[in-house]
Amino acid sequence: MRRGRTVNMAKKSSLLNMALVLTLVCLFASAAVAVVYSITKEPIQKANIEKINKAIEAVVPEFDNNPSEEIISVAPNASEPDKTNKVYIAKKDSQIVGYAIESTTTKGFGGPFTIMVGLTPDGTIYNTSVISHAETPGLGAKITDNSSLFIQQWNGKNIVNGSLKIAVKKDGGDIDAITASTITSRAYCDAIEIAASVFENISNQ
Amino acid sequence: MSKLKIILNGIIKENPTFVLILGMCPTLATTTSAINGMGMGFATMVVLICSNMVISLLAPLIPNKVRIPSYIVVIAAFVTLVQFLMQAFVPSLYETLGIFIPLIVVNCIVLGRAEAFASKHNILESALDGIGIGLGFTIALTLIGLVREFLGNLSLFDYKIFDSDGMLLFVLAPGAFIVLGYLMLLFNKLKEGKN
Repeated sequence: MRRGRTVNMAKKSSLLNMALVLTLVCLFASAAVAVVYSITKEPIQKANIEKINKAIEAVVPEFDNNPSEEIISVAPNASEPDKTNKVYIAKKDSQIVGYAIESTTTKGFGGPFTIMVGLTPDGTIYNTSVISHAETPGLGAKITDNSSLFIQQWNGKNIVNGSLKIAVKKDGGDIDAITASTITSRAYCDAIEIAASVFENISNQ
Repeated sequence: MSKLKIILNGIIKENPTFVLILGMCPTLATTTSAINGMGMGFATMVVLICSNMVISLLAPLIPNKVRIPSYIVVIAAFVTLVQFLMQAFVPSLYETLGIFIPLIVVNCIVLGRAEAFASKHNILESALDGIGIGLGFTIALTLIGLVREFLGNLSLFDYKIFDSDGMLLFVLAPGAFIVLGYLMLLFNKLKEGKN
């Protein structure tokens, strides 16, 4: 036998002690996880709500209600009524000033990403903001930079009256893609397009 | 072994990344920027210290044949705890590292140290070993991230040095291998020179 290995290996294995030890280890481990889960549950929820609220604030004009309490769920695609997007309604003096639409695209380069699209009641983009993403740093991750030209170019464009072709120029659309991040740019267009169909369905409701 | 020697052992003599070449998956995947590498390093270090300590206590009680599953359960529990805590208290870091945190469970550094060191040493030495190996891993990941971020994005710790685009290759996967290879060479050259 190799030296050193035998020093602490006092326990011989038997069916009983193996089952007992494994059960106990698992029991204690799951107890610890359960305790920490219950402690962190609230802060995690708070952090998530804060993130959403920040995104809402960034993408719609000034409001005085609490949009995270005025949520409606709207399906972008009438044939799939179960797949809905959350729409946060921003109001000022009880007048609707904007809609913040949460939109997730599955076409991202690093997996799905979620953005918040802020629209004024006539369907013009006020601002957009990324909620969560896994794009490549230095490339696709530029979508998180709100001052970048890619994000800025959307602002003030109407996405429902058909004046804007929501696609990158390479695909014959009106949108300038981020250099070397065509896939991310396409995915962003996809997310905006989902938001546009959601908006149309709000107006129809 | 003196206390300092255990820590230095992890940083230099048995540096997990440059000498033992363990845990390559997180090394290559998370070092796209210095801050990401550092965050991953620290998260691994926390898990490593905790699991080393608990395993050094449990090792004499665990039957030989079920030691690996027991260690894995302990490590997985700590990883889950770290994940919850990060999500709750540093959501911005969790945002960037989120998908890599569960990978710590299968990081062979953690299981390797449990099997090779913690199960045969007392709790204090095991904690020090966790600190040493953890620091070695953190330093290595930060260095790789620093070089990749600088060459690929011309920035250091998200602070833009030159206002133009860098060599994108270094932010992408091939750049990780290239930088890792050269840093490994440099590290071992310096280490040999010292001996």
